[in-house]
Amino acid sequence: MAVGAAGIEAVFRAEYGRAVAVLIRFLGDIDLAEEAVQDAFTTAVAKWPETGIPPSPAGWIITTARNRAVDRLRRESTRAARHAEAARLNAPDEPVEEGPVRDDRLRLIFTCCHPALAPQAQVALTLRLLGGLTTAQIARAFLVPETTMAQRIVRAKAKIRDAGIPYRIPRDADLPDRVKGVLAVVYLVFNEGYGGREDLCAEALRLGRLLVELMPDEPEALGLLALMLLIEARRPARVTADGDLVLLADQDRTRWDRDLIAEGQALVRRCLRRNRPGPYQIQAAINAVHSDAPTAAATDWGQIRRLYDQLMELAPSPVVALNRAVAVAEVEGPETALALVEKLDLDGYHAFHAVRADLLRRLGRHAEALRAYDAAIALTGSAPERAHLERARAALTAN
Amino acid sequence: MKYYLLSVMQPQGERPAPEVLEEIMHNVELFHAELREAGAWVFAGGLHGPDTATVLRARDGDVLVTDGPYTESKEFLGGICLLKAPDLDAALKWGRKAALATTLPIEVRPFMHETEG
Repeated sequence: MAVGAAGIEAVFRAEYGRAVAVLIRFLGDIDLAEEAVQDAFTTAVAKWPETGIPPSPAGWIITTARNRAVDRLRRESTRAARHAEAARLNAPDEPVEEGPVRDDRLRLIFTCCHPALAPQAQVALTLRLLGGLTTAQIARAFLVPETTMAQRIVRAKAKIRDAGIPYRIPRDADLPDRVKGVLAVVYLVFNEGYGGREDLCAEALRLGRLLVELMPDEPEALGLLALMLLIEARRPARVTADGDLVLLADQDRTRWDRDLIAEGQALVRRCLRRNRPGPYQIQAAINAVHSDAPTAAATDWGQIRRLYDQLMELAPSPVVALNRAVAVAEVEGPETALALVEKLDLDGYHAFHAVRADLLRRLGRHAEALRAYDAAIALTGSAPERAHLERARAALTAN
Repeated sequence: MKYYLLSVMQPQGERPAPEVLEEIMHNVELFHAELREAGAWVFAGGLHGPDTATVLRARDGDVLVTDGPYTESKEFLGGICLLKAPDLDAALKWGRKAALATTLPIEVRPFMHETEG
């Protein structure tokens, strides 16, 4: 079998996280594990073009990395000392975890997304250790200098080692909170990508699929994956060729990705059967209703409003209330919706002013609508979004 | 097992009313009892205020003695608790109890060396 660099790269992307996770447990040190796995891939690059990709590439990589690590530790006595010093990650007195899944990647996810690490560090570590992204790639994705990102990752790894952040699946009592934290990290990656950097969306989807694989009994993991798939499905219709933002109501629905929608909707149905609703599942269901409608006018807004009612009960927040008001406007009209919006304390949030502007426009209160557009334009950080708001404002003055 | 230090971060200014303080002291005692029972206890105690502090600085082989805290700040170290825990998760659990008992922010820091057993 001919093996090109692309073939090995594909194996790297698919198996890096698994290999690092196993090696961390074996070596008790993240840096040593990363070095060992990178050594193994370097060997693969040299060997596989001749021998072909082995039947179990992950197994080969893990075995090779383990052997390399042992050789290296024997060779370098200072390293051996460092290994002994770092052995606490391996925690010999560590109790057997009570979680149902033993995959080392799950331990790694919970370690990377530990609440004692800063959210930015959680994201960076997750992308690096589970996603196999390089520090340079992560830095580019988050628009920070590579040295800044490198420092962030080094600091996070040092804290894991020195503060004794455990390498294990949390106990049952802590699990719901910790799972929430993990899902939040993946959704954060997705939202960064939604702002334009597609590679991050793809990475978030990969991580979302991994979470579903590792935690098949966690309905919110299913919900998050469904939510991301259904939002991602609209990407081809969300921006014009010129980079202009297209609102959901104005999107060319024939351009939505039907495969992603089918997958997302199937997951939403699986969630419904389990009947253990949570915020991600409900948001996925709302997006499933949108993707059911052949035209914007055919949207079942009554159903969407009921889902927002449910979301307000489970996870109330001013932002959810704002989105619920948008649904209320479609069911009961802009006047009722505006009364709801005026009660919200979201003055610093651009979408609040954008929703207000649209409702005021529909009520014919143009002067107030213009002022609300101005506030929204001043607050938004996204260039396509600002352009869209400026067009809407211009359309109002033209009338 | 590792050693962890819980630092109680106390704000400058008015002390709580006596009955509030009494409840806090009671809760802190319960917390200490729980630590002892779990075998996590090493040492804990409250400190007198920063006004009682004295700073020593080495200067050219001599030592300079000055009155007052090392730095003036809005918060000061109000007390410490030294404990043993298998990992940060366990230490944070104790820290959470300390925060609830004292009603004050708690900083959790690991020591560099492991415990002996």
